[in-house]
Amino acid sequence: MRSWNSFGILFMMGAGAFLIVALPLLVETFVLVDFTLYAALAILAMSLALVWGFCGILSLGQAVFFGIGGYAYGVSVLNIGDSTLPVALAVLLPMIFAAMLGYFMFWGRISDVYLAVITLTVSLIFFLVINSTSGGEYRIGAAPLGGYNGIPGLPALNLPGRPDRQLDFEEMYALTVALALATYFFLRWLLVTRFGRVIVAIRENEVRVGLLGYDSRKYKLAAYVIGAGVAGMGGALYAAWGGLINPDVFGIAFAAQVIVWVLIGGLGTLLGPVIGVVGIQWLVGWLGKMKITDANIILGAIFVAFVLFAPAGLIPKLRKIGVRWLNRRRVSASGSVESGP
Amino acid sequence: MDVVLVVVIQVLYAIASLALISIGLAIIFGMMRVINFAHGEFLMMGGFACIMFADAGVNLWISMLLLAPLVVGAIGIVVERLVIQHLYGRVIETVLATWGLSLFFIGVASITVGYFRMGVTPPFGSIRIGLYSEGVYTFFVIGVAVAVVLGVYLFLRHTRWGLIARGTMQFPNMAAALGVNPRRVYAATFFAGAALSGLAGAVLAPLAGVVPTSGITYIAKAFITVISGGATVVAGTTAASVLLGGINQIVTFLSRPVIGEVALLLVAVILLRFLPQGITGRFFRRGL
Repeated sequence: MRSWNSFGILFMMGAGAFLIVALPLLVETFVLVDFTLYAALAILAMSLALVWGFCGILSLGQAVFFGIGGYAYGVSVLNIGDSTLPVALAVLLPMIFAAMLGYFMFWGRISDVYLAVITLTVSLIFFLVINSTSGGEYRIGAAPLGGYNGIPGLPALNLPGRPDRQLDFEEMYALTVALALATYFFLRWLLVTRFGRVIVAIRENEVRVGLLGYDSRKYKLAAYVIGAGVAGMGGALYAAWGGLINPDVFGIAFAAQVIVWVLIGGLGTLLGPVIGVVGIQWLVGWLGKMKITDANIILGAIFVAFVLFAPAGLIPKLRKIGVRWLNRRRVSASGSVESGP
Repeated sequence: MDVVLVVVIQVLYAIASLALISIGLAIIFGMMRVINFAHGEFLMMGGFACIMFADAGVNLWISMLLLAPLVVGAIGIVVERLVIQHLYGRVIETVLATWGLSLFFIGVASITVGYFRMGVTPPFGSIRIGLYSEGVYTFFVIGVAVAVVLGVYLFLRHTRWGLIARGTMQFPNMAAALGVNPRRVYAATFFAGAALSGLAGAVLAPLAGVVPTSGITYIAKAFITVISGGATVVAGTTAASVLLGGINQIVTFLSRPVIGEVALLLVAVILLRFLPQGITGRFFRRGL
């Protein structure tokens, strides 16, 4: 199946080149603006794909790192002006927070469910705290936190060191898609390193990994922290995309959406969650336009249906169908299927 | 002196409301190892049921203490039959499925009721304590919480049904061999948990009002309480409510409500570092 993997990488490179170079020539700017959002959210989805899909840490509150990244970007860019350092902070601060939270969770060896609930609760606490900062006295330097209205009027990203030279929509699009692709390849690479093999092994059987001499706590913490950094970068891009960051990113509805993306796309894949992002965002937008029914009902129904009927998600299911189809065509092919990333 | 009295009452109220919103979740988790993410929505539906029956002319006490629990309990049975029963033993899947249900219920509530706050005025009026005034309803909430916790304890400890429930949770196969139908016990337990959540939602509705997203304000605290308490229903919920509710309210009194909530979370996370099985994982192990 190695040939399939290199084919997949070539395919992704081709798709990336097409998205960055050709698409802007083909479609209107507002489509690019939508795609920029998808790319920023895809980065968040891939961070959860790493943490949950490959390492088996059910981080229900993964969006909290996205939110911290967004707020770190918003607050620091209003104070500094130049967007280079704020993006770095948006990656760094979530990692520091994840390291602290992860220490308590992984060294306490709390069970999966407890961990799931704690991560989500942390997100909800952030939601409450940020929501209550609406007064003018809550400001960090030049940036008012703004409570439930969030921080509006954030500048877009600029060329490093030149705050006066901001990126336009097309450049913002190209950068965000490029960073999403870079994230994809980075995680692909990470998963075939020794470290990546160990975290997948932890997902499969943590006790056995421990008996083989690996300290699973350290590996889980590292995966969690890397995931937080990736999610934080997504948050910065999201804040720069909309010029706004508000506490909804810490809310339960957004946290649920992130889970649905990964669940639908498929655990143990990187591309599946990205497809989940595009599919769900498109569906939610379409429902909003059509005003047929409340988006929560559809989202909730999809959620329950996938858990009951397709817990593995779309991509693994399609892959299984595809493999069966290939095997039928090439009867002599061996039946073993490697379940790589 | 009056200040001390008022603070004591407030702390007791914080503990009582925490126990009240957590006990339904604790029963379902402690007995069946199911984390019910739709718990907040059970509270929300209890509140709506109470207010709607009261608006329709039913006596407030009947709709609060009888009808709301029955309605939410019935919804609980439907949920258990349609979704949860397929997922027993698969903890993560139940978390995800009930979370989906939670979104679904929020959606249904917001298209049927809409996004405005419904409420009833708290009965009883208020009393004066020196310079301060305190709603008599506060004492009622404390009373209900004590009655519920005590009732659950007595039920589990001293009735035949309670014995069957405990036995089934410990060893379902043995219970089945002795002629108990475990599926029926699970459904009944889920009904009880849901009904108590409905009761809690209804009792708190006059103080806070209800909107479709009301559940979200309760759910974080309820989760933290149940997890900090551990798997033992009554002892765990009581111990965690006393600890976390007390800290929350005292810190709130010293600073602001939000800081109180943050303190609650911090204490819970640090607690889990040292007691990963919750308080009852180490203390009160022989409790219920």
